[in-house]
Amino acid sequence: MDNTMKKRWISLYVENQVGVLSKISGLFSAKSYNLDSLTVGTTEDPTVSRMTIATVSDDETFEQIKKQLNRMVEVIKVIDFTDVFVRMKEILYVKVLHCTSQDKVELFQIAETFKARVIDYGKNSLLLEFVQTATKNDAVVQLMKSEFKHIEVVRGGSVGIESISRMER
Amino acid sequence: MKQISGNRLLVNALKEEGVEVVFGYPGACTIDISDELYRQNDIAVVLPRHEQALAHEADAYARTTGKVGVCLVTSGPGATNLVTGLATANYDSVPLVCFTGQVAKNLIGNDAFQEVDIVGITRNITKYSVTVRERENLGRIIKDAFYIARTGRPGPVLVDLPKDVMAEMGSAEYPKTVNLRGYKPYTSIHMGQLKKAIKLLHKAKKPLFLAGGGVNIARANAEFTQVVEKTGIPVVTTVMGRGAISTLHPLFIGNIGMHGAYAANNAVSNCDVLFSIGTRFNDRITGRVHEFAPHAQIVHIDIDTASISKNIQVHVPIVADAKEALTRMNEYVQENKCSKWLAQIEAWKKEHPLVMRPNSRMSPLDIIGEMNRQFEEALIVTDVGQHQMLVSQYADITEKKQLVTSGGLGTMGYGLPGAIGAQIGNPDIPVISISGDGGIQMNIQEMATAVLEELPIIVCIFNNEYLGMVRQWQSLFYGKRYGMTNLKAGALSRRTDRKEYPEYTPDFVRLAESYGAKGIRVTKKEEIAAAFEEAKKSTKVPTLIEFIIDPDEMVYPMIKPGGTLEDMIMDC
Repeated sequence: MDNTMKKRWISLYVENQVGVLSKISGLFSAKSYNLDSLTVGTTEDPTVSRMTIATVSDDETFEQIKKQLNRMVEVIKVIDFTDVFVRMKEILYVKVLHCTSQDKVELFQIAETFKARVIDYGKNSLLLEFVQTATKNDAVVQLMKSEFKHIEVVRGGSVGIESISRMER
Repeated sequence: MKQISGNRLLVNALKEEGVEVVFGYPGACTIDISDELYRQNDIAVVLPRHEQALAHEADAYARTTGKVGVCLVTSGPGATNLVTGLATANYDSVPLVCFTGQVAKNLIGNDAFQEVDIVGITRNITKYSVTVRERENLGRIIKDAFYIARTGRPGPVLVDLPKDVMAEMGSAEYPKTVNLRGYKPYTSIHMGQLKKAIKLLHKAKKPLFLAGGGVNIARANAEFTQVVEKTGIPVVTTVMGRGAISTLHPLFIGNIGMHGAYAANNAVSNCDVLFSIGTRFNDRITGRVHEFAPHAQIVHIDIDTASISKNIQVHVPIVADAKEALTRMNEYVQENKCSKWLAQIEAWKKEHPLVMRPNSRMSPLDIIGEMNRQFEEALIVTDVGQHQMLVSQYADITEKKQLVTSGGLGTMGYGLPGAIGAQIGNPDIPVISISGDGGIQMNIQEMATAVLEELPIIVCIFNNEYLGMVRQWQSLFYGKRYGMTNLKAGALSRRTDRKEYPEYTPDFVRLAESYGAKGIRVTKKEEIAAAFEEAKKSTKVPTLIEFIIDPDEMVYPMIKPGGTLEDMIMDC
């Protein structure tokens, strides 16, 4: 057992019912598990929702989290994303306010480097959209915070799905 | 097709499920269900005096019969009063189905009169909780509720019933089968793992069985005893596991944990294979986790995957029902000749036997000893505190006896309602409840229920005028500063700077009599036998026996919370 804290991802199939989100998030708070991000949406079957959960934990706690989720009546299936090939992305919006023209040039360069899109443009503000892994988004947020004084950040949380071919995240 | 109301479907469903008794307290939101129950004779209805006690009654009924306990309460306060009972049942894996009334759907969320989000409140203390939002789902949800409550690791299920949904007419059909895609409690046992565990057991020089409550819940006592006898390996149990094998069996060492026997705790610390079945490795059992069974390879059989390697890392995990696993084990186990190990355990037993300080007037042991002598068959229900630990140490739990106790949550007030539920489920077995003078007062109103239901329960109160277990901690670790534990404290003691205290209140004997029960006060050991004899004569009336106990009686041995065996306090 590895007792170092690591970020891990779980994908859950759950019943699409009232209170299920509360039950899942309630488990994390009741047992003092870290909940880094949680996304949820319905699947091709309207009675089933799928969640992608990111948590920071050691091996032992992570095993417990999976077991505790598995025993819930509302949870249909738990998939550990640690050792499977997955496609996983997070959407990140960064709005930069009070930009100088020089700032704007820099922002366009950042956008190009990170394959982000500039999706809105004001007199002295810019809105960027990043769709990449959460880890890369972490780096972007760090960078933006150090480069610009007035920013606004909204993150969507990771959504993931097992890939068809073998490939990295 | 025939159309019936939800209320009638509920009552029909209870009959289909074989429910014989409902513990119910009425209210505005469930009055229609009360009416349906009134108009039939198959299901008996017991009316307790408080919903917390109601839940405990259903809980003890379930623990002592193996059937599902059924509760029916109204919305709002009726539902919130259930909370402690639900948590108690959840912690000790007791199958309950609790129906709560709810305001009509159009009022939900309006802060309507007697509205609470009981499903939200109980989400973390039930196995499953759900609101019935459509009449068409009512039958399926009730079916699922009973199935979820009694299968796998049993537990309480709450079904919230909005008044309008219940009034609606709909199909009379009650489903025959259950199909829950997220809940599949039956997994076949992994024989490879089980054989690996048995191999470990055969090779061990100092093997030890640890039985938890799971063995009792699975009613696998006979199978377990057979495994123990075939292997010749000694046994320790948790409080909840007491009785997994008769406590009079020569291979039974004692309970382990905070108030466990010296020999039993020593056996855990020194064993090389710890074969555990149906235990959670709760903190009261393990003490400091990394010093628990430090030399042992640990095998853990449990029906709940989440209980395995939760508190203690185990070497051979096996997910299985205790009864199934033990039945399979009986096909493979052989004798382990560990005579040196058994001799060592005997030596520990002699070194520090489980004995109580003699008391010339009366010690709790005199009472428990007399109980052991006089009752060959009994259901023994406890409250929580010193008396509970003493009963768990000294009461003989044989094949014909069962210990019923709130071991996990440690709920004061469980004793009296527990005895009521146990007696209702087992009219022909003597039922004895033992409470402290604190715990009994948390649900004393149930004396009325016991009298009206004509239950000959024997209600023992160990009255030491204090909240004894907390006082024991204050005595040992807080310089004898008895803050908040003296049950005679009040205005007079405050006014006189703790120099004067009034007479004890209530007078339990007169209180019992005012309820229509028998009351006996016992102040010295010579009177104990006669008091029990007198109580046994009663066939329809409860008997309350108040035993006057010295407040300085302590529960030993004791391991400090979070401590290890080395910190064991043997005596004062």
